[in-house]
Amino acid sequence: MKKHIMSESCLLDESIICDLNELCELCNINTELVIEMINEGVISPAEPDQGQWLFGSLEIHRLQTAMRLQRDLRINLPGVALALDLLEELTELRRKCRRIADIR
Amino acid sequence: MEYKDYYKTLGLARDASQDEIKRTYRKLARKYHPDINKAADAEQKFKEVGEAYEVLSDPEKRAAYDKFGSNWQQGQDFKPPPNWDAGFEFSGADFGREGGADFSDFFSQLFGGGKFRQSGHYQTFHGRGQDQHARVVIPLTDAWHGSSRTFTLNRPEVDDSGHVINKQHTINVNIPEGVTEGQRIRLKGQGMAGTGQGANGDLYLEIGFEEHPLFHAEKRNIHLVLPVTPWEAALGATIETPTLGGRVKLKIPAGSQSGSRLRLKNRGLCSAGQSGDQIVTLKIVAPKAETPEQKELYQQMAKLMPMDPRAELERY
Repeated sequence: MKKHIMSESCLLDESIICDLNELCELCNINTELVIEMINEGVISPAEPDQGQWLFGSLEIHRLQTAMRLQRDLRINLPGVALALDLLEELTELRRKCRRIADIR
Repeated sequence: MEYKDYYKTLGLARDASQDEIKRTYRKLARKYHPDINKAADAEQKFKEVGEAYEVLSDPEKRAAYDKFGSNWQQGQDFKPPPNWDAGFEFSGADFGREGGADFSDFFSQLFGGGKFRQSGHYQTFHGRGQDQHARVVIPLTDAWHGSSRTFTLNRPEVDDSGHVINKQHTINVNIPEGVTEGQRIRLKGQGMAGTGQGANGDLYLEIGFEEHPLFHAEKRNIHLVLPVTPWEAALGATIETPTLGGRVKLKIPAGSQSGSRLRLKNRGLCSAGQSGDQIVTLKIVAPKAETPEQKELYQQMAKLMPMDPRAELERY
């Protein structure tokens, strides 16, 4: 079931799916920049039907982080894509480290 | 108000070149960016270096700031002398991202008004307010059951006289059942106020979990280390096991080893559409042999059940 992402309070979980227009409204961003981000691998939307992109909560999170990194650190889009991949890996490794420390 | 030593914030000497200031700022901005650095004070530091750079990167503002001299100490009570900003040429360059709203009292007193302020910008521009992001920490049990919680967040706001104040902002939030670590709750219109007729931004709360003495969550699965005796592991047993939803009976199969994993289906973080399990890892705890009878029993076991637990190690 599709949850309504534009409602007053909404948990961005696995069930969240939004289309390009909703994504642009949600993140206050224009379509051209979203397309550029897709082309540079910053976000990878699902494409169940030809030409219809669908964005999940991970894409929304990556897009918003990308906008901040671009604005605050002046990183270009390929750099943002790399930074996001490395940040995700870092989060995962930190989680594993915490887990190992717990076992000991 | 407190004096801010912008050179100290960036770790630079007062005669640092503009290039040095820029390089140092870029390095510190990367280091303290809240998306990169997860330390609790990272955002504060990021704002401090941003404020320092805003002043020192602009030769006009730097010259005005330098006029105060080098005798002031960080945090010292400070009052600018009258007409401190007289006698500086001014180009009207873009100043104060977001109107300097995130900057300190010191900054806004000195640079937030008069000729250092962009004129007319806020009266004519209609823009959506900035989205705000905050991390909130909840107990695991709240994530399991769902709950309603009140959080107090700090938000920099500009008051009527143009000063930046840290305003406490209390919100009530429904934590949905089965929320997982890292997921975000979006609260529409609860971010920064828009400018002109622009709508408010949104507030995103990222969920973190408090440390729990027994359980830890990995996505939707809840992990627990369950201590068992050697005979429970060897012979099999049914053991009352804690879960976030209360104790349940768990069947330990005969011949289990330390590190064996058992799954309690749907005992993890479950939401309407998604389910998680509890993963139980067995940890065999051997009793100490203290009395002569206990020692005798261990010796008997050694005779009756000879084994080499290090057979694998022989190959190396």
